[in-house]
Amino acid sequence: MAGFLLRRLANYAVLVVLAASLAYLLAATALHPRANFEDRVPRPPDAVVDAELSRLNLNDEVPLTERYLTWGAGVLRGDFGRTWQGEPVTAELWRRTWVSLRLLLAGTVAGCALGVLLGAYAAVRQHRAPDRLITLGSYLLLSAPVFVLAVLLQSAAQKVNDVTGVQVFEWLGETGPGASEGTFGALGGLGDRVRHLLLPTATIALAQLALYCRYQRSMMLDVLTADFVRTARAKGLRHRSAVLRHGLRTALIPMTTYFAYTFGLLLLGGVFVEKIFGWHGLGEWLIDSITRGDVHVVAAVNCFAAVAVLLAGLVSDVLHGTLDPRVRTGDAP
Amino acid sequence: MTAVVRALGRNRRATAGAVLLALLFALAFAGPAVSPWGWEDTDFTAFRRPPSADHWFGTTQSGRDVFALTLRGMQKSLVIGLLVAVLSTGLAALVGMVSGFVGGWTDRMLMWGVDLLLVLPAFLVVAVLSPLLRDGRPLVLVAVLSAFLWMVTARVVRAMTISLKEREYVLAARFTGASTPRVLARHILPHLASLLAVDASLNVSVAVIAESGLSYFGFGVRPPDTSLGTVIADGGSAATAYPWLAGFAAGLLVLIVLAVNLLGDGLRDALDPTSGRAR
Repeated sequence: MAGFLLRRLANYAVLVVLAASLAYLLAATALHPRANFEDRVPRPPDAVVDAELSRLNLNDEVPLTERYLTWGAGVLRGDFGRTWQGEPVTAELWRRTWVSLRLLLAGTVAGCALGVLLGAYAAVRQHRAPDRLITLGSYLLLSAPVFVLAVLLQSAAQKVNDVTGVQVFEWLGETGPGASEGTFGALGGLGDRVRHLLLPTATIALAQLALYCRYQRSMMLDVLTADFVRTARAKGLRHRSAVLRHGLRTALIPMTTYFAYTFGLLLLGGVFVEKIFGWHGLGEWLIDSITRGDVHVVAAVNCFAAVAVLLAGLVSDVLHGTLDPRVRTGDAP
Repeated sequence: MTAVVRALGRNRRATAGAVLLALLFALAFAGPAVSPWGWEDTDFTAFRRPPSADHWFGTTQSGRDVFALTLRGMQKSLVIGLLVAVLSTGLAALVGMVSGFVGGWTDRMLMWGVDLLLVLPAFLVVAVLSPLLRDGRPLVLVAVLSAFLWMVTARVVRAMTISLKEREYVLAARFTGASTPRVLARHILPHLASLLAVDASLNVSVAVIAESGLSYFGFGVRPPDTSLGTVIADGGSAATAYPWLAGFAAGLLVLIVLAVNLLGDGLRDALDPTSGRAR
């Protein structure tokens, strides 16, 4: 297992370096941070703009290879450069990573778990009412892009708030002003955070749920008719434990591969959710930076996303190895 | 291809998807002829009015007819989705077949390129490239979107080609002196046709969602032109108070994707001999 993981890691490292370099080169050629200075009133003299841009390594008069080498040397030291306003990118990257993580973690866990359970349940009840209902629901959910889902949930939440007369749901930012200074103190602050988390988390969970539900249902259907489940029944296990211990476990193995594939989609969904619900995470930063022409931020977030996608791939490899003994012994198909 | 058409009739889901898609196409392209308002027209007597006999889907803040705007957006989304699906599936077939058939270093380099493109977050790259689309050239958007949708299919095609390559009839064709392009086109491609048909239809839904998502952020189709994504972005923030601004566009977008998904999944079930056993 160790050798297998090491080979994977080496391959991933080369891919990350290439992906990060390509992202930087793309951003540096396509974006124009100079425009930010030229739009100012009064317009600063060209020499001043040039000096400032050169100081930040954003000057488009400097040859691309030279800028790339300066940037690359910085990244190797763990420094992703500065934004066009001169703030260090690395510190902000970490701060925003935690914001995004808070948002994505609960939604992913809830979405994966519920999706797998619903999919497995639908497969066991194939062709009956629960299966048809779950299949229809997952089709509709899969067809709704994240931004449509978010807007729908917001409208529904508005209705609930109006009907109950209480602000049950909040959908702007992470916290409300002054919540932790109320009568309940820190507890009120926590409650306020949770209320802000409900809608964005639900959006992410629903989007994930549909996907996992579809995959899990078809995996489970393949497994349910397999010989080893019949054997488990024949040796005297109840239907329930035969399906859960032998069926579900085997059907989960291919899901680990899908986890790696859908991780990129998850990051992308996070971009929409952050932008719509006003969370100041990585996704929002990326979109704003593209419109501002902030080369270093775009490159840093791209690099981070590449690392994250590959880490997800690694996690899925490890999970695969844990669930499927054949991978460890090298007999994998 | 006749297998695909027969499968269409056999599978209820595929039939429903095809009919729904045809209806949506008819609405998008015949609708503007029936509507009294064009998508560029402004009605200065009706600002942000709810749906009425005059304006079927209501009007926007600036008095534009939401029905006409939505249909115009549908046309864009449908055409871009179809073009992207055809282009990316074609590219996947080409790369996958060459990679699997030729093998060796060609194969290794091509698959490495596939890995690299899979690692690059496509949405981010398209968004970064968006300044190139500033003049509203939808064909550039089509090319960029297609460039990021073909990788997974290419891997599947490659795997299938490798197994087909050793079949007797392919070997026979090669030993009689048929050139590689001829073997690929006449003996390998027909076997992949049904897979590619399914993949193309599923790619339509991915492309439609990708296009509207990019347009939602202002990175795809840009004003003054309109797509479903821009209509939803403009109306989405006021969705609770003025639901008609984005509601119809969102509903139609979901219907388009639903129709294509039903069609693709139904085709896959009908064409895949192993899926019948479990169902």
